[in-house]
Amino acid sequence: MTDILFQNARLIDPAELTETTGAIAVTDGKITGVYTGGDLPTATEVIDCGGLCLAPGIIDVGVKVGEPGERHKESYASAGRAAAAGGVTTIVTRADTDTTIDSPETLEFVARRAAEDSVVNVRHMAALTKGRKGGEMTEIGFLLDAGAIAFSDGSSVIENTKIMSRTLTYARSLNALVVGHIQEPTLSAGAAVTSGKFASLRGLPGVSPMAERMGLDRDIALLEMTGAKYHVDQVTTARALPALERAKNNGLDITAGVGIHHLTLNEFDVADYRTFFKVKPPLRSEDDRNAVIDAVASGLIDIICSMHTPQDEESKRLPFEQAASGAVGLETLLPASLRLYHAGQMTLPQLFRAMSYNPAQRFGIDGGTIAVEAPADLVLFDPDAPFVLDRFKLKSKSKNTPFDGARMQGTVAGTWVAGRRV
Amino acid sequence: MTFNAAHLLGIEHLHPTEITTLLDLADHYAEQNRKGIQSKDVLAGMTQVNMFFENSTRTQSSFELAGKRLGADVMNMSMATSSVKKGETLIDTALTLNAMHPDILVVRHGSAGAVSLLSQKVNCAVLNAGDGRHEHPTQALLDALTIRRAKGRLHRLSIAICGDIAHSRVARSNIMLLGKMENRVRLIAPPTLMPSEVSELGVEVYDDMREGLKDVDVVMMLRLQKERMDGGFIPSEREYFHRYGLDAEKLSYAKDDAIVMHPGPMNRGVEIDGSIADDINRSVIQTQVEMGVAVRMAAMDLLARNLRERRAAGQVVTV
Repeated sequence: MTDILFQNARLIDPAELTETTGAIAVTDGKITGVYTGGDLPTATEVIDCGGLCLAPGIIDVGVKVGEPGERHKESYASAGRAAAAGGVTTIVTRADTDTTIDSPETLEFVARRAAEDSVVNVRHMAALTKGRKGGEMTEIGFLLDAGAIAFSDGSSVIENTKIMSRTLTYARSLNALVVGHIQEPTLSAGAAVTSGKFASLRGLPGVSPMAERMGLDRDIALLEMTGAKYHVDQVTTARALPALERAKNNGLDITAGVGIHHLTLNEFDVADYRTFFKVKPPLRSEDDRNAVIDAVASGLIDIICSMHTPQDEESKRLPFEQAASGAVGLETLLPASLRLYHAGQMTLPQLFRAMSYNPAQRFGIDGGTIAVEAPADLVLFDPDAPFVLDRFKLKSKSKNTPFDGARMQGTVAGTWVAGRRV
Repeated sequence: MTFNAAHLLGIEHLHPTEITTLLDLADHYAEQNRKGIQSKDVLAGMTQVNMFFENSTRTQSSFELAGKRLGADVMNMSMATSSVKKGETLIDTALTLNAMHPDILVVRHGSAGAVSLLSQKVNCAVLNAGDGRHEHPTQALLDALTIRRAKGRLHRLSIAICGDIAHSRVARSNIMLLGKMENRVRLIAPPTLMPSEVSELGVEVYDDMREGLKDVDVVMMLRLQKERMDGGFIPSEREYFHRYGLDAEKLSYAKDDAIVMHPGPMNRGVEIDGSIADDINRSVIQTQVEMGVAVRMAAMDLLARNLRERRAAGQVVTV
């Protein structure tokens, strides 16, 4: 007998890029039937979705959890609650913790902590170099055995091209996915915003958007040399897109992502030195924002993520240049991305292709579809319901969201992980 | 009178009529200062605290003198040796100070936006004495007053600002003020010292000094900081003086009655030839210093009036 039957739902299928009205049956934590008509099975629990959207749960790649070292900013328990509230069923954590997750032992520690405390699935990235210092590569083989699904130094760029090249070559031999941050590090040193009129007006040190293209160009050349499997964490500028497109057309094993804040905000949102809008890389021009949205819609950019980066009040209540970078995003990823849907720039299946299907495919995670045999990781949401965001109601321990007081649309009615409501 | 601001944080948010109001009052104080007339009642009973997170001699003493001439109790806090060194945050410093009930707070800080951040946490009048590369409003106001007195007007003038524009808060405040008052502003600098996309701020951009100086009414020179002279931004001090230093030959491209200004302290032989700086027919550099005191008196007077009004209306909660 079926455990749960979701009926009368607007089914979002990112694999087929379709939306249909129908039902989903779930048994033993897996999807056992997808129905768009005909007889429905009997179930222990029947959920009438009332026409709301039912989609594969979001797989958020690149989430910062403060364990170890900064548990006061975010723990696995609070991150899990925030994810569940935001319709995220799997989080893929970053290695830029304090201390860095760069050894099998630290990875085992965080994996155990995640299993104990998080209500959603957690997978982990490990650092690419020891201490994320760009000097010596980590034990990529042992870390793979310990469960790492990708390797990344976060926003630290490996400056030494020879070391980057060797690391990619070694990762290639193990078929390990490397996640890179594309910034020409000397050009972007000390920058707080994107250079241009806004930076000039505010007297803030800026970085040219060209630094991103330079970083991408170097890494693409290294992929041609090494054949490594590579994912760009965030592409945020129009000028980087042609290079990315060429690299894909030339058959390199490259994919790209973008954070939700670069899709929904621009450099002028910083306004009067609002530090909650300080992110890395900095917010870009409106032209860049629109170009990047088009690239996600066309599939050139594969993945949308939240770049969830919890920061406490003390790290943000500082002059702009000294304030910490980053914004929380687990709970606002879905409503913020729905802005693109409501603006007519993307369809719901396109959004979930970028937030569920593609991350699952690229990072080798089971899920991201509503097909039979897929895990019953699901989100039920109303894409239209309006609300005003109050940052103090967020489940995250840190409240540093740029959307405080923003009018948003899209509320989560329920999140299920392996058929269990969380 | 039109001047409703609670703080003087920058030129950006001032209206042209507010600028005129302030300059008119400053003119009055400039005359009184020359005659030696005291106005000790204006800020009598008020406490002015100068908080300079960056070292300054000229600006700090100008503010100190302005406050004393208006009868305020002036206290200088040298932040370089204070609890900031012990790790106190800017906001905690502000809250601590606020609990001592100052009326006027004059702040200089090395980070853009820091003075604005501080002003949100205190309930007295805050004057920005320079925040990072962002703004230095009293400098722009004293420059404006100097120009208005020398030229008889503060509109439809052609004004060249020359030198390290990129790192200059003086330049930013001046670009905004002179633009608001409907002047033509030209920026002259090597491209490495020019902010990006600055032409979008409504100025004309030149990297050739002679071309830029052609027929201008005012030449405003900026200081080139020592640490930027050594090959990072320009090849050398002597090449800079050759191409961008103001000498008699380059000045001859400006109008015959063009005045020469400099916010000080000057590097003679780097950005300005000593003989030009000392030429009493062209240089108004000493007048700038004199107007500095008058402008700061006017600014503190206006802000104190607004503070008293807001306190009387119960809009300022005394902690």
